[in-house]
Amino acid sequence: MSTMSAPESAVPAVTPTPSAAAVAKKKLSSPWASLVAVVIATLWTLPTFGLAVSSLRPERQIKTTGWWTFFTDPQVTLDNYRAVLATEGSGGLGSFFVNSLVITIPSVIIPICLAALAAYAFAWIKFPGRNVLFVMVFALQIVPIQVTLIPLLSLFVSAGIAGSFWTLWLAHSTFALPLAIFLLHNFMKEVPAGLLEAARIDGAGHRQIFFRVLLPLLRPALAAFGIFQFLWVWNDLLVALTFAGGGEAAPITVALANLTGTRGTAWHLLSAGAFVSIIVPVTVFLLLQRYFVRGLLAGGIKG
Amino acid sequence: MSTAELSTVEKFAQMGLAIAIFAAVVGIILFLAGIFRGRRSDWLVAFAYLAPTVLMLAVGLVYPGLRTIYQSFFDAAGTNFVGFDNYLTIFTTRDQLTVLRNTVLWVVVTPFVATGIGLLYAILVDKARLEAFAKTLIFLPMSISFVGASIIWKFIYEYRPDQGNIKQIGLLNQILVWLGGTPQQWLINQPWNTFFLIAVMIWIQAGFAMTVLSAAIKAIPEDIVEAARIDGVTALGMFRFVTLPAIRPAVVVVLTTIGIGTLKVFDIVQTMTGGQFGTSVIANEFYSQSFRSANEGLGAALAVMLFLLVIPIVVYNIRQLRASEAR
Repeated sequence: MSTMSAPESAVPAVTPTPSAAAVAKKKLSSPWASLVAVVIATLWTLPTFGLAVSSLRPERQIKTTGWWTFFTDPQVTLDNYRAVLATEGSGGLGSFFVNSLVITIPSVIIPICLAALAAYAFAWIKFPGRNVLFVMVFALQIVPIQVTLIPLLSLFVSAGIAGSFWTLWLAHSTFALPLAIFLLHNFMKEVPAGLLEAARIDGAGHRQIFFRVLLPLLRPALAAFGIFQFLWVWNDLLVALTFAGGGEAAPITVALANLTGTRGTAWHLLSAGAFVSIIVPVTVFLLLQRYFVRGLLAGGIKG
Repeated sequence: MSTAELSTVEKFAQMGLAIAIFAAVVGIILFLAGIFRGRRSDWLVAFAYLAPTVLMLAVGLVYPGLRTIYQSFFDAAGTNFVGFDNYLTIFTTRDQLTVLRNTVLWVVVTPFVATGIGLLYAILVDKARLEAFAKTLIFLPMSISFVGASIIWKFIYEYRPDQGNIKQIGLLNQILVWLGGTPQQWLINQPWNTFFLIAVMIWIQAGFAMTVLSAAIKAIPEDIVEAARIDGVTALGMFRFVTLPAIRPAVVVVLTTIGIGTLKVFDIVQTMTGGQFGTSVIANEFYSQSFRSANEGLGAALAVMLFLLVIPIVVYNIRQLRASEAR
């Protein structure tokens, strides 16, 4: 902009505003552009909004009229949420919600710590076979988890931990490692070598370098991966369905998926239940969006 | 492990125990790495740091992967060697061919439509007022689980028979009725039902495309844009000759990433139709064959298929990255 305004201001008649082309473009496309943007934004928010409204309506209302009826005949109740949050009795999703938390927290902490150690070794320690091993770990990113499920399940059965939280912690942690190592390695490599060299000359060992020098610098990367993994584990259905089934370690996604399968769909429970399950990741996401976007742009997304 | 129901407190206690055990393992590793001295100490430290990771990957990914490839050459019970029969089944039976057709539809339609919408939106809101807010709206579905998104959309697609004074509760059918049409069973009528499932995936992925592409657009050097402006390039020309070439690498990454994610889509199909009404895809069929039909051989072969289909996309992606780095 500033380079443009110089020659323009040499001509007194022209005001030093943005270039003519930009203005023309704006005038031509602006109303249509805004309209299209608003249409897309509406399509992307209306479905969730409808669910939110539904979850607050009485069961009978939900099952006989659409959520838009709410605006002509507003009836509000918290019964659906009360039913859904109950930890006991049928229909209560409270215990599944607890399970989701219990599954997710270690499944985020464990791979982050292990990957940080491994990434440090790959990035800053010289040892024979380093490159080969790193490429192998990197390549494991493309293995679809489906390929591993059945043999892993047999392993868990023979280890006597089938159906417990341990299977989910171990499975989620393992599946996360290749991407986590790759991401953290990229970030660690960006730390100037001179910084580490200086620490080494001051007599710092690997442990001190790792904790005192690298870890503080890596905070954004750790946060970015932490959010990825949190969303991944919290939202996972396949791994949980395979290892926990409908058992006592099943998370809320499994409970909700089972609810959708039942005949004569329990819409009042589904709408409130889905909303409860959505609230946690959306909150985490909104609070830490900055880091999440940075992580995305660093090239990490797991499918 | 135990058959009795665990209470909430017991669950968190178990979680605390797991974290404590893990912390102890890491503590031991760090302690050992600290006492190594001498010329080769670096190797020992690297070994200590990598040991748990390598062990977990070997037992949790490499071994099961190889085992599944092996099992894909065996029959349903996993006992008799059948050669390539399972793979033949995938390519010859009618049901399995429908699965393949659906998978191709998903993988072709989802990335392009999601990327197209994401790119359009990124351009439209670029430098607009409330840009950050507008982007968050589109981006939010990314944080919602596939199961949650499926429930949201099942509610949109819900069908009530068109008789008497029964009212529609699904928005899509209500809009149809308002426009004078008859309500449709969106999730049951073949072959269009697959597209209604795909719409859910597009809804989730467009935000990802938008975020990455928006960052790429903002990274285009200002002087190039200015130069084009001075030359009097139109808005469309600006997109065609300036924006698109500059963000091409990002577009490739987005397309391939969504493509890979779509290939493995399971939750949406499982939650919305359970793979019935001709909507199954490979990832869902893998689950049905392995766990519902107890056909271990075919399930393994389907998982291997998934693996084989991911590889060309990844190779293409890496090649494009290399090419753009070389430039």
